[in-house]
Amino acid sequence: METGIHELTAGYALDALDADERWAYEAHLAECKRCREELTSFWETTEALAIGATGAAPNPELRGRILAAARAEQQVVVPLESRRRRAVPVLGAAAAIAAVVALAVGLWATQLSVDLDDSRLALERERQAAAVLADPSARTVSLEAGEGRLVVDDGGRAVLVLDGLDPAPKGKTYELWIFEGEDSTPAGLFRGRDGLDWVGLDGTVDTGDVVAVTLEEAGGVEVSANDPIVASAPV
Amino acid sequence: MRKQHAHLSDEALVAQVARGDEGALAELYDRIGRIAYGLAVRVLRDERLAEDAVQEGFLAVWRSAASFRAERAKASTWVLTLVHRRAVDLVRREERHHTEPLGDDLPGGSGQESEPTDEAAWLRFERERVQAALKLLPDVQREALELAYYGGFSQSELAKRLGVPLGTIKSRMFSGLARLRELLDETTQEGSWKPEFTS
Repeated sequence: METGIHELTAGYALDALDADERWAYEAHLAECKRCREELTSFWETTEALAIGATGAAPNPELRGRILAAARAEQQVVVPLESRRRRAVPVLGAAAAIAAVVALAVGLWATQLSVDLDDSRLALERERQAAAVLADPSARTVSLEAGEGRLVVDDGGRAVLVLDGLDPAPKGKTYELWIFEGEDSTPAGLFRGRDGLDWVGLDGTVDTGDVVAVTLEEAGGVEVSANDPIVASAPV
Repeated sequence: MRKQHAHLSDEALVAQVARGDEGALAELYDRIGRIAYGLAVRVLRDERLAEDAVQEGFLAVWRSAASFRAERAKASTWVLTLVHRRAVDLVRREERHHTEPLGDDLPGGSGQESEPTDEAAWLRFERERVQAALKLLPDVQREALELAYYGGFSQSELAKRLGVPLGTIKSRMFSGLARLRELLDETTQEGSWKPEFTS
């Protein structure tokens, strides 16, 4: 039998914790692998409970209303940080509450994804990357090697979205590079994960630059002797 | 709407939503909206409020899709979590559940189940399977799960309403959810209770 804060996993999955316990539990989650795994599993069970409640279909107009609301919001979409400040005047009180809910769920997801790294810097990088991905004016650059795409915003901030790159082997790391002609600049390290992954680049890219990934010894290098395993088309 | 969305996994759709792809949001709604709405109706017992909860939940998906992590939860689970959380917020604000007696008509009670005639076969099968599994739980565990998930009661509210210690409620929820998971696993066919969406 689980005891103490671990036991709150069930209450959390059921949305049955009071606010203070919810925050305490989310803080705990960032540190407890066992609870994260348990929560992932319990969430599948609560999804089953949701299916158990299925009844009549919603009013067909609801779909259109949701899409219209999303479209209206897209016009005022701003990167995560400033969006939070503007949420109330732009979206109105009800939407602001929903935004807080989204942040509560989204934020721990963000925190958890960096729990193996030096968290503050990594968290900031992750936030920036999320902002680039959420920016509707960002453009997509295809990859010439590897599966995925590069997303670049107006300011040259770039996020590499990768599909199906295996996690780096033990003792190794993936390293990002920005190539300006023959000159290459390191743009950060990442481990990689199964499935869809995305990673923000340090620095910015200019028109004509190429973004590439190499596999290096842990810690990374300043100049790589290895061939890129992922490379974008010129930005 | 671009046709290619139909071939994407839920997780890939969320990644597209994170890029501002409205068609991907529409496809997610087409796959999960009905379940989300049924859940919201069960919690809120009001169609208009349920529509609000679903709309706000999907807008939350729209806003925060970039922070979704596929290794933490399936995309459908994540969407339903956002809708459920919104519904619970609303029901607690309305204090609807505080004014109603706990009894046969409690949320999630078997007397309330409608029998929709137009639902997909897999969905009906899954709904019936889940409802059957719930019935196999010990009464106190089922009550704790249903009042929490379908009723929107917090653990501390439930302890007060039922007149039992908070620790007991926590244990019942944990044991109940773990037992329900086992029961569902036992009846899962070929390891998957939900079909891949391909069209």
